[in-house]
Amino acid sequence: MAVVKHETREIRSAEDIVLVRQAVRAWAIELGFRLVDQTKLVTAASELARNIVDYGGGGTVVIEALNDAERRGLRLRFEDHGPGIEDVDTALRDGYTTGGGLGLGLGGARRLVNEFEIVSAPGRGTRVTITRWR
Amino acid sequence: MPTDPWLAHIVSKFESEILADWIQHQLAADTLRRDLMSEAELVEQSRAFLGLLREAVQKGNLADTTGPEWTPVREMLACVSRARAKQGFTASETATFVFSLKQPLFARLRGEVGTDVDALGDAVWRTTVLLDKLGLYTAESYQKGREEVIARQQQEMMELSTPVVKLWEGILALPLIGTLDSARTQIVMENLLERIVETGASIAIIDITGVPTVDTLVAQHLLKTVAAARLMGADCIISGIRPQIAQTIVHLGVELTNVITKATLADAFTVALERTGATIAPRSGHV
Ligand SMILES: Nc1ncnc2c1ncn2[C@@H]1O[C@H](COP(=O)(O)OP(=O)(O)OP(=O)(O)O)[C@@H](O)[C@H]1O
Ligand SMILES: [Mg+2]
Repeated sequence: MAVVKHETREIRSAEDIVLVRQAVRAWAIELGFRLVDQTKLVTAASELARNIVDYGGGGTVVIEALNDAERRGLRLRFEDHGPGIEDVDTALRDGYTTGGGLGLGLGGARRLVNEFEIVSAPGRGTRVTITRWR
Repeated sequence: MPTDPWLAHIVSKFESEILADWIQHQLAADTLRRDLMSEAELVEQSRAFLGLLREAVQKGNLADTTGPEWTPVREMLACVSRARAKQGFTASETATFVFSLKQPLFARLRGEVGTDVDALGDAVWRTTVLLDKLGLYTAESYQKGREEVIARQQQEMMELSTPVVKLWEGILALPLIGTLDSARTQIVMENLLERIVETGASIAIIDITGVPTVDTLVAQHLLKTVAAARLMGADCIISGIRPQIAQTIVHLGVELTNVITKATLADAFTVALERTGATIAPRSGHV
């Protein structure tokens, strides 16, 4: 599998979340994703970007276009060096929130994509990688 | 370092010649943007700047352009650079305004100082240092101007367009257009609740056709508003749920089961009319 193209973006503010959504939308369109799949990816990206702003103290997203023999995909890697998540399983549970949200962002993002990986170390930060195939 | 006597001399004696030369250089430069600025405007800016430069060079310290004698020069440069940033000039097109003055000044210095190589070297050196400083200042001001443009664009991007409209007796509609990420969303929702009280409306339609992404934050705003409206005796209908949005909401796990949702504002309006007891019937002549 080859990374055809990639881009890194800063995520610090609410404006950046909007820009990340716009960028992911543009990439998904370029890769030929259907409207439903574009929407799912953009929404998952919005959740993870907002978590970075709300809890991670700012961070980055790396957007990668993937290509292998049979399929094309979009991979997004969200990374921050914030406080990290003590218990990832709990954080993923629907309704769990420490910030007065709905507590659906992480779990929802996982359901909106094909591959979901989260690595978090307390005090060191959080990295969430999601992939959706076309 | 005090002022340079030669520089002060040539800008007083040859102001109009230098101006003419300089304008010619600018008009010939490939950084010229006739599409963004008229020749008359360029001439006017150049004339004004050279006048201010002459005054500053006569009394000012060339080594320190941050002093009060240089204030008018700095203000003019800041103004020109910001304006150009907003008009769409690039940084180098903007800085050319200052740098293109070097050649006309050097030419006059050569003509006046004559064969005294040391004096000429000094004068050219001081002039070049001065214009480099002013050029840098121009670039900084340009950058500030660009940042203002970007900040304004971001502001616009975050803006939510939000008139609450009365569709019918007892029926309000809030067509949301834009992103719901900013703090303003809260105000918009509160505004709807206030209008419900004012008008005594029993149904409010929140139309999200113009909201590109419905994530958990948007969902939370909607759910809170629906709950608050209900406490005030009004039901909300959420319309503009496109198929892709519906699927995404389901995957997110957002519960909209207690909320009336419709695909279009027209569908929502029909339901609202039914609920308020009004009906839409064909006009009698058409029956
Ligand atoms: N990048 C992060 N750094 C630190 N903690 C995080 C991060 N992302 C999520 N969390 C923690 O995990 C919890 C659950 O996150 P999730 O996105 O599912 O819900 P939420 O952000 O609280 O609400 P919602 O996303 O529904 O608006 C958060 O409340 C927070 O405590
Ligand atoms: Mg979240």
